[in-house]
Amino acid sequence: MKRSFNKKIVITLIAWSAAIFMFFPIFWMLLAGFKTEIDAITTPPLLLFEPTLENYEAVQQRANYIKAATNSVMISGGATLLALVFSIPAAYAMAFFPTRRTRSTLLWMLSTKMLPPVGVLVPVYILFRDFGLIDTRTGLIVIYALINLPIVVWLLYTFFKEAPKEILEAGRMDGATSRQEIFYLLMPLALPGVASTALLSIILCWNEAFWSLNLTTSDAAPLTAFIASFSAPEGLFWAKLSAASTMAIAPILIFGWLSQRQLVRGLTFGAVK
Amino acid sequence: MATVTLRNIRKSFGDLEVIKGINLDIEDRSFVVFVGPSGCGKSTLLRLIAGLEEITAGDLFIDGERANDTPPDKRGLAMVFQSYALYPHMTVAGNMGFSLRLAGVPRAERDKKVIEAARTLQLEDLLERKPKELSGGQRQRVAIGRAIVREPKVFLFDEPLSNLDASLRAQMRIEIARLHESLNATMIYVTHDQVEAMTLADKIVVLRDGAIEQIGAPLELYHRPKNLFVAGFIGSPKMNLLPARVIAMSDSGITVRLTGIGDLDIPVRSNGLKPDEPVTVGVRSERLDVNDQGQFQGQVLVAERLGRETHLHVQMEGGEMITVEINGDSPAHIHDRVAVQINGRDCHLFNSSGEAV
Repeated sequence: MKRSFNKKIVITLIAWSAAIFMFFPIFWMLLAGFKTEIDAITTPPLLLFEPTLENYEAVQQRANYIKAATNSVMISGGATLLALVFSIPAAYAMAFFPTRRTRSTLLWMLSTKMLPPVGVLVPVYILFRDFGLIDTRTGLIVIYALINLPIVVWLLYTFFKEAPKEILEAGRMDGATSRQEIFYLLMPLALPGVASTALLSIILCWNEAFWSLNLTTSDAAPLTAFIASFSAPEGLFWAKLSAASTMAIAPILIFGWLSQRQLVRGLTFGAVK
Repeated sequence: MATVTLRNIRKSFGDLEVIKGINLDIEDRSFVVFVGPSGCGKSTLLRLIAGLEEITAGDLFIDGERANDTPPDKRGLAMVFQSYALYPHMTVAGNMGFSLRLAGVPRAERDKKVIEAARTLQLEDLLERKPKELSGGQRQRVAIGRAIVREPKVFLFDEPLSNLDASLRAQMRIEIARLHESLNATMIYVTHDQVEAMTLADKIVVLRDGAIEQIGAPLELYHRPKNLFVAGFIGSPKMNLLPARVIAMSDSGITVRLTGIGDLDIPVRSNGLKPDEPVTVGVRSERLDVNDQGQFQGQVLVAERLGRETHLHVQMEGGEMITVEINGDSPAHIHDRVAVQINGRDCHLFNSSGEAV
């Protein structure tokens, strides 16, 4: 009894330290966004200061936040939808009609995530140029969907494997085609899993910077490019950069916070059962 | 309605052959039960008929037509699964009407059929409920209702009662028997429970290791088991199976020496038995008695009182255990010394390879 109590304290302490350790940079960024440029670079750093909104004003004047945010929403959502359209049938086939190669195909898909993206930057850039996709949302949607495909297929595969096979077989006996089986039976059964997969994909797209910085300039530039524009030739403006970053992560942070219950439930579904 | 014919049906998973050449004729409107220990292939055989597994070799005929390559829903079958396999996000009515909805049956007609089936199964008040709001027995009835709505030629049941508690199981067993009567349908039923097999079947198919051990009516299997396996599997309590050795043969029968018990004359023809051959003598517990005429001495180790009858587990002098069923009122106590009466003409004799003589 006593031992488990001590254990609880230790675990709680570790969890809190880890949480604070991870949250601190975000907290510092939030603070810096409300400091003047001078306050922001003072050493030792200031915890108490006179808050100001001037950075947010400056950011609004220099760049088009709304446009970048709209691009981020469209691109993350579009890429996630596109990835799901291809992943759901793929994961269905792998989960319910596995062949000798299913396992190695999954591993191969995952292995593509280990390739450094810069390694394919030039060919992708040339393809984009020839197809007229540079600085278009369509281009980014396609490439994000492709990047996320392995992880989306993998996650859906594990969720689908959890779905009771007999229910799908009952559907087959009732005369359901593969497509009807997916839409009428599998999707409702695996909805928590599909939802958390979609959430994860949206977050990954939202945070992706490498391709958006290299393949967009202005028209299709999402929030990652919007932040980057503040580490500009004039030098680093910490306070403005922080304000811009806060604005960039705010939507996804709120979105993540609202859906965290769903996300955690989905991602730990198979593990804790 | 329909006949189902299996001709030399085989099924392999990779290198492992699980169904080893099954030949079987299932008559129209009959109730056939596949029974056997777990892993004997009975569920696989049902799934082959259903079309949920591909047949490796052999021919399956439904109503005289080869159905090996017919998709499951076109075979005119309906299946009730062990786990019920209800669609959890649909109501009872939705579950029962799903096949009709897929087939594009107009709503009014669909509803009519669902309500009709619900009436048969006393589910009318539950039509708007979701499966998770139902008890085990109700779920089972919905699963059966889903099958009825399709008006199949053949009903397939895959251990449908094994998730229910004992009293509900007995009740559902009766309901299924009545359903068979009123629907007049061909039914194929898989179970590992020999009581279900005995009570429901017109014809029992005993399976072991992917092959048929014996086919027959329940009482035929009970009274004339073809081999040791069927003898031990059918009947509760289990048939007493006693090791013995042939010591003499004559025109009127065979004399055997029951190991550790004594000598016994059994009036059967010798049918190729040789003197000194090891054999097994099988005798049902209700054919035994303990009384003054008993030839063999033993001691009661356990007395199971069931009310109408009592099962005595008697240890014979040589250490062999025998189960004797006696009248429930008989005074028999644990540790009593008793004399067990074995009647030679009630005994089954099995040769050294386990076949009935």
